[in-house]
Amino acid sequence: MLEIKNLHAKVDGKEILKGVDLTIHDGEIHALMGTNGAGKSTLSNVIVGNPKYEVTQGTITFNGKDLLAMSPEERSHEGVFMSFQMPVEIPGVSMTNFMRAAVNARREALGQELLKATDFLKLMHDTQKLVDIDKKLVSRSVNEGFSGGEKKRNEIFQMAMLQPTFCILDETDSGLDVDALRVVAEGFNRLRTEQTSALVITHYQRLLDYIRPDIIHVLLDGKIVKTAGAELAKEIEERGFDWIKE
Amino acid sequence: MKGEDISSVKNVDNEYVKQVANEQYKYGFTTDIHTEIIEKGLNEDVVRLISQKKGEPEWLLDFRLNAFRHWTSMVQPKWGHLILPEIDYQAISYYADPTSKSKSDDGKPKEIDPELIKTFDKLGIPLEERMALSGTAVDAVMDSVSVKTTHTKALEEKGIIFCSISEAVKKYPELVRQYLGSVVPYRDNYFAALNSAVFSDGSFVYIPKNTRCPMELSTYFRINARNIGQFERTLIVCDDNSYVSYLEGCTAPMRDENQLHAAIVEIVVMENAEVKYSTVQNWYPGDAEGKGGVLNLVTKRGHLRGNNSKLSWTQVETGSAITWKYPSCVLSGDNSQAEFYSVAVTNNYQQADTGTKMIHIGKNTKSTIISKGISAGRSQNSYRGLVKIGSKADGARNYSSCDSLLLGSHCGAHTFPYIDCHNNSAVVEHEATTSKISEDQLFYCNQRGIPTEEAVGLIVNGYAKDVINKLPMEFAVEAQKLLSVSLEGTVG
Amino acid sequence: MSLEQSYINLYQAKRESLRASSPEVMNTLRDEAIRMFANKGFPTRKVEDYRYIDVPQAFEGKDGYTMPLPTLPLNASKQGVISLNDEALLNRYYAKVADNEDAITALNTAFSHECICIHVGKHQQLDRPIELTDTFTSDEDQMEHKRILIVLEEGASARIMLRYAANNKMHIITTQVVEVFVGDNAYLEMYELEETHTSCTRFNQVYMQVGRYANVKHNNITLFNGLTRNTIKAFLKGEYSEVSLNGCVMANKSQVVDNNTLIRHEVPNCTSHELYKYVVDEQAVGAFAGKVYVAEGAQNTVSDEVNQNICASNDARMYTQPMLEIYADDVKCSHGSTVGKLDEIALFYMRQRGIPLAEARMLLMQAFVGQVVDEIPIAPLRDRLHIMIEQRLKGELDKCVGCARCK
Repeated sequence: MLEIKNLHAKVDGKEILKGVDLTIHDGEIHALMGTNGAGKSTLSNVIVGNPKYEVTQGTITFNGKDLLAMSPEERSHEGVFMSFQMPVEIPGVSMTNFMRAAVNARREALGQELLKATDFLKLMHDTQKLVDIDKKLVSRSVNEGFSGGEKKRNEIFQMAMLQPTFCILDETDSGLDVDALRVVAEGFNRLRTEQTSALVITHYQRLLDYIRPDIIHVLLDGKIVKTAGAELAKEIEERGFDWIKE
Repeated sequence: MKGEDISSVKNVDNEYVKQVANEQYKYGFTTDIHTEIIEKGLNEDVVRLISQKKGEPEWLLDFRLNAFRHWTSMVQPKWGHLILPEIDYQAISYYADPTSKSKSDDGKPKEIDPELIKTFDKLGIPLEERMALSGTAVDAVMDSVSVKTTHTKALEEKGIIFCSISEAVKKYPELVRQYLGSVVPYRDNYFAALNSAVFSDGSFVYIPKNTRCPMELSTYFRINARNIGQFERTLIVCDDNSYVSYLEGCTAPMRDENQLHAAIVEIVVMENAEVKYSTVQNWYPGDAEGKGGVLNLVTKRGHLRGNNSKLSWTQVETGSAITWKYPSCVLSGDNSQAEFYSVAVTNNYQQADTGTKMIHIGKNTKSTIISKGISAGRSQNSYRGLVKIGSKADGARNYSSCDSLLLGSHCGAHTFPYIDCHNNSAVVEHEATTSKISEDQLFYCNQRGIPTEEAVGLIVNGYAKDVINKLPMEFAVEAQKLLSVSLEGTVG
Repeated sequence: MSLEQSYINLYQAKRESLRASSPEVMNTLRDEAIRMFANKGFPTRKVEDYRYIDVPQAFEGKDGYTMPLPTLPLNASKQGVISLNDEALLNRYYAKVADNEDAITALNTAFSHECICIHVGKHQQLDRPIELTDTFTSDEDQMEHKRILIVLEEGASARIMLRYAANNKMHIITTQVVEVFVGDNAYLEMYELEETHTSCTRFNQVYMQVGRYANVKHNNITLFNGLTRNTIKAFLKGEYSEVSLNGCVMANKSQVVDNNTLIRHEVPNCTSHELYKYVVDEQAVGAFAGKVYVAEGAQNTVSDEVNQNICASNDARMYTQPMLEIYADDVKCSHGSTVGKLDEIALFYMRQRGIPLAEARMLLMQAFVGQVVDEIPIAPLRDRLHIMIEQRLKGELDKCVGCARCK
């Protein structure tokens, strides 16, 4: 599904990624761990095409297509979804308008018929029940005045609405208490299908208790320095990252 | 309960307002010294006479005459939120030389008149080299003439030029000719034209490439003689990769008539260079009835010519009957950065209309404006500023914050910011507030045993802290005292 | 011949026909008004209040436009508050707050020949909003000088919308003077909505006098226009009154919108609010000058003013000038103004969700100006305006078909 080769990337003129190779197959869940500043968020932002990040070398192919040649919205239409670490507040733009624009843009790109207002509202309603998000949140402006947990839950709600095939969960656990974490993780698990792949970025083991990864990578100083099975997370939890560096 | 507290504070305030009105200006003494003063009046012959007295080359005389001719075609503007009295330009003398008695043939004072040394001593500016302020080189200007520049030798070793502009015209004519009028052309405005025609003295600073000026450079301006106009002209050029911090101080005796100070300051900042320009302006503000005082009509402008250049204006304005002054920055170089920090205090019948212009031309240019106005008595205090973003100034950024504090119910505080934006990638933010000094804060201080007068001083100094902190240490201390003194009568 | 002289000559030529069809009180002021106009002349850019537009150019070559006597499509209102040339009301209020020191107001006073009057009686509460729509339909180039008088007596309440539309292709120049008197304890919501076209030049002068405990909300929405100057002045004459001036502007092509406002606190204990938002795109020019004046003795004044703008293209220009002029010390006044770009982080977030850039920009612009509309208390009007703004941003309201530029 996703194949990254020798990826180098800069932000604000500083090289952060120094040759990342990563392959994720259909249905696989990969976890990406690493210290602060190792480049985890840079990697996720580069995959979704944040214009602030500059790719200087390397390739990313997604289902055989050149992802780097696409605009952020085209990548989204291909099925790439990122749950943001800090979802932005967009005052004055209602969740309804926002989601309708997103859903219909995707349908248009896929050559599907646009949803009528009533069908769209029904979809909103059903999805909202599915991920158990408060109706009040959906009637407000995008993320405006949401608590940290509400924002993360809203990300999962949007994931449900857009039904992506590849999800990046960028430190979805940060700032969440255990209950909120469980709710969000369960929401994600309910939504995934056999084909859905994911890249879960986290500092901690605890998210991986709920979302079980097939493979764990450790990113240090812009490179993947270790790849192993799920047991690696436990070891990191106990021993930190220093032993990997050596 | 609360109402009673407040009214009692108000009564105390009124007492303070009365006291402030009685506050004396500390630098109001006069120096009794033989001063050669030319006849009052202004015409081409006077311009020629000034130029001749200074032994100037032909090109400079031409510059003056062109400016004069242009000036005669103009009328005194009605700018700003000011009531500017009719100035009788024929009732002013345009050249007064307190050093004339002690001059040798080459025009330089042989020995400084002890009276002059005493005067500057009293102002806290020792001129004798051995006593001179360490860490600060001073150019002392009285009326139309530079009296003495200290530490020139030490600076010369680094290739730094710091002298009076008259001396620079003689010793470095090419440098002066290259830059004079290049930032503020004589056609710029009425007072710029007047200054260009009759400018007397001021400082010239040249920092060569790759040089960090090892000490603060400072000019001290003093008006002494009666019925003269002082026409300061200062030119600072900071070449590539260099740095200088420059300070300016000003005082004048108490006179019943208005005294005119019409200055031009030009600053050129080249690539990667940085200039800090600080002013503590304490001209005589006039008496409690609004009689007398200096008319301070000043054009100050810096040109950030080089990429990555920096210019910072900091001003503490407490004096003058009328202040009309907008130290400005033209940000031509890409990534250049400009700052303007200002505290303006007006009391009694003082009027201030001051602020800045930030003209963004280069890409990714940044400017910051922090202005604090404090009005008391029957004074009028206005902030007037322009932020202009040109169509090529991609990524330009400005932040302005202008606060006004009112002490007393008969003064005025006004804010007139102008933003002209011609670029879609610029971000410009302006915010302003106007309020009275907080009664809660005053009462809180009172409750802790701090008398209202002192409390006001504390609160106002806290209010102005962002700006004061930008001043070099010695100046910051003086500025703090000055604020308290200016307001001692006002409210604090 | 000077530009002013051509309008003075036009006045001389029309004087008798104007007099013949007008109420006496309007006629008595004409000659003096044209003298004031002659004296002042059209304001140039050197006049501080008119520095952002070229007034003489706006009037240049238009003195020959037809000046119709409008046939007012006014059905006698059921509510009985609207009339034409109510002489009793005119005698009490006509030209009592409008100021002929302003040359354009003077020109209007000289040329206007009828006055629409809205009179809401003492303690009368109008339960339904009034909408006056002024649609240009002429097939000739046209000049008009309009006059409106709105009087709310003590304790009255009303919601009034003035709508300016055009569905012809001709050049139009209008001056309009609106005088508003809001009595003690009265409540007025006033809306001005412009959706004309790029060949339309409008000078709209609104003068409001506000009494004790009165509340006025003025909303000024420019969706489409050519060159528009709105001068809006509110004089707070009675204590404990409250005034809000809100507005939003969407301008592209070569549109010019200059809003110049004054809130004058003349007595203590009043509150004022101001919120203006602009989106200027393509070659449009937006200007906002908002002054809050607090007279000596007007203690306990509270005032806040916000002006936020987005300059969406490099050819567009935005000028903003919020001003505070304060002569009383016990006040809390603030203003803030920003010129900026659309939030890039929000744009990226929306694109990640698959929303194309152009649509993401539109949604953000709509949200940006929509904040002004959100303040509108009448729900159906609020909804309608939100839809109109969306249509406007999508180009569906484009009046360019008939305009001079795109013909």
